[in-house]
Amino acid sequence: MSALAFEPVSARRRRVDKLARGTVALLTGIALVPLALILYYLIKQGMGAISLDFFTTDPTGSFLGDPGGIKSAIVGTVLMVGLATAVAVPVGVGVAIWLVEYGRASKLAHAVRYFIDVMTGVPSIVFGLFVYITLVIGGFGGSSFAGWKGSVALGLLMLPIVTRSAEVVLLLVPDSLREAAYALGAPRWKVVFRIVLPTALPGIVTGVLLAIARAAGETAPLLFTAAAVNATAFDYNDSMNSLPMLIFKNVGQAQDRLVTIAWGAAMTLVAMILILTLLARLIQRRSRLS
Amino acid sequence: MSDPTRVAVRRETPSTEDPMSSQHEPIVTPSRPVPGTPKGPARVEHQACSVTVERLNAWYGDQHSIRDLTLSFAPNQATALIGPSGSGKSTVVRCINRMHEEIPGARASGRILLDDTNVYAPDVDVVAVRRAIGMVFQKPNPFPTMSIFDNVAAGLRLTARKVGHDQVESALRGAGLWEEVKDRLSKPGIGLSGGQQQRLCIARALAVEPDVLLMDEPASALDPISTLKIEELVQELKGRVTIAIVTHNMQQAARVADQTAFMLDGELVEVGATEKIFTNPDDSRTEEYVTGKFG
Repeated sequence: MSALAFEPVSARRRRVDKLARGTVALLTGIALVPLALILYYLIKQGMGAISLDFFTTDPTGSFLGDPGGIKSAIVGTVLMVGLATAVAVPVGVGVAIWLVEYGRASKLAHAVRYFIDVMTGVPSIVFGLFVYITLVIGGFGGSSFAGWKGSVALGLLMLPIVTRSAEVVLLLVPDSLREAAYALGAPRWKVVFRIVLPTALPGIVTGVLLAIARAAGETAPLLFTAAAVNATAFDYNDSMNSLPMLIFKNVGQAQDRLVTIAWGAAMTLVAMILILTLLARLIQRRSRLS
Repeated sequence: MSDPTRVAVRRETPSTEDPMSSQHEPIVTPSRPVPGTPKGPARVEHQACSVTVERLNAWYGDQHSIRDLTLSFAPNQATALIGPSGSGKSTVVRCINRMHEEIPGARASGRILLDDTNVYAPDVDVVAVRRAIGMVFQKPNPFPTMSIFDNVAAGLRLTARKVGHDQVESALRGAGLWEEVKDRLSKPGIGLSGGQQQRLCIARALAVEPDVLLMDEPASALDPISTLKIEELVQELKGRVTIAIVTHNMQQAARVADQTAFMLDGELVEVGATEKIFTNPDDSRTEEYVTGKFG
């Protein structure tokens, strides 16, 4: 027999291969079903509410008459999530830089990592309760319910997500790049800000977007902090409406029109996050080409 | 055992002038070519510093990885460090520009003189040491977010100095890469081939105008043709800098080095003219290593 005569693949191996492929394809399909259904219902139920007035008028709060639009909720969500992002991202990335570049394996770094993990697991309503007890009940800053207090609760929720994801991508930056920079005589802070951070930037942005998406969809932290109002507020010391709160309020009503508004608001929320993600990707691609 | 007196004899008299002031002097002939080696630099554009390692000891945690090593690197010449894996070759060059201390738990003692200045003296700024002593690593490591131009300029920018187009061009010419990349300086550095990336890293090190260039197995991750280019480059660079090159490849040491040092288990076994080390070494362990009996 010639040495080059390979035996054909056995029928059993073919069967096992087919079975394995079939199983993973099936599991992927199952996972896609709810995702597709969610998008289908969002569009089907929400489209009916969409009109120009929907985005440009405040909710009226009347049960029988014209229910109005969702302007105050969009403005409130953008303002509160914006403030929370502006505070949580620099702090979270700062903590991650300290953990990776300075703290490393020290006892304090291990303790910080442990508490961040604990914070990640804290239910979002606990952040809301915490802010309610510390800031709302005492009337801190001269107001009870206020937009900025909602931002605090959202920021606390975002902090561990930003920190953990930033730490992971900073760890992925190869040490050989740090060595190259040190060998050129660069001081440590410059190595961090000019070499490590730019290299890790795409991953950090992904983590930040995840945190924003999570915060924008949270109802519980806003329940006892920013409350729910109908009028548009630009002052962080006033109560602010938000999309999740509006959905929460409207979806349980016995009026079909109000439920439709809830669906429309949910679709708007998903669309806003989608647009934000696309914008971030676009900017990143631009900056990498230049 | 290494004989310190033989090392001392080989030490070149360093230039009495301040090395920084003599940077752009007219061409001078090498101070004293090593007898028996035909590889001395064709011409010396810049009188570089000598490096003298005196009684160097280095540790990683409890592991004593360099023991009492004394060795000198003559100015504008290439010295190869050879020896089996784990013999401490890389550690020696990492001690010279004080990169060794960046590793957690690592420490070193002894003196390393750049001409007459001890780089381990307490009042010496480690940043200044690394500007004077450039380094090229085993794997090409251009900065992935930067263009070719920015990669070369990085060393100057990271140490708060202005960068002109001329400095970048001169560094790229010095690394033999200018002709290949002059039309695409704004393209990313990681788009180059492995060999080109390594020459980009050499250009990056040269842009800071160092006196010494440490090369830690600079060709071990490259193909034979790229390796040859790096070796030719070493010959040319001797006109500008003093070179310490760590290599696993004994043929490479024989081709590029004026002087070769053989290390074993953290100790210097023997140092001498490359020809002598490879043809008639004094120590039997050197002979066994260069003839391929172990390592």
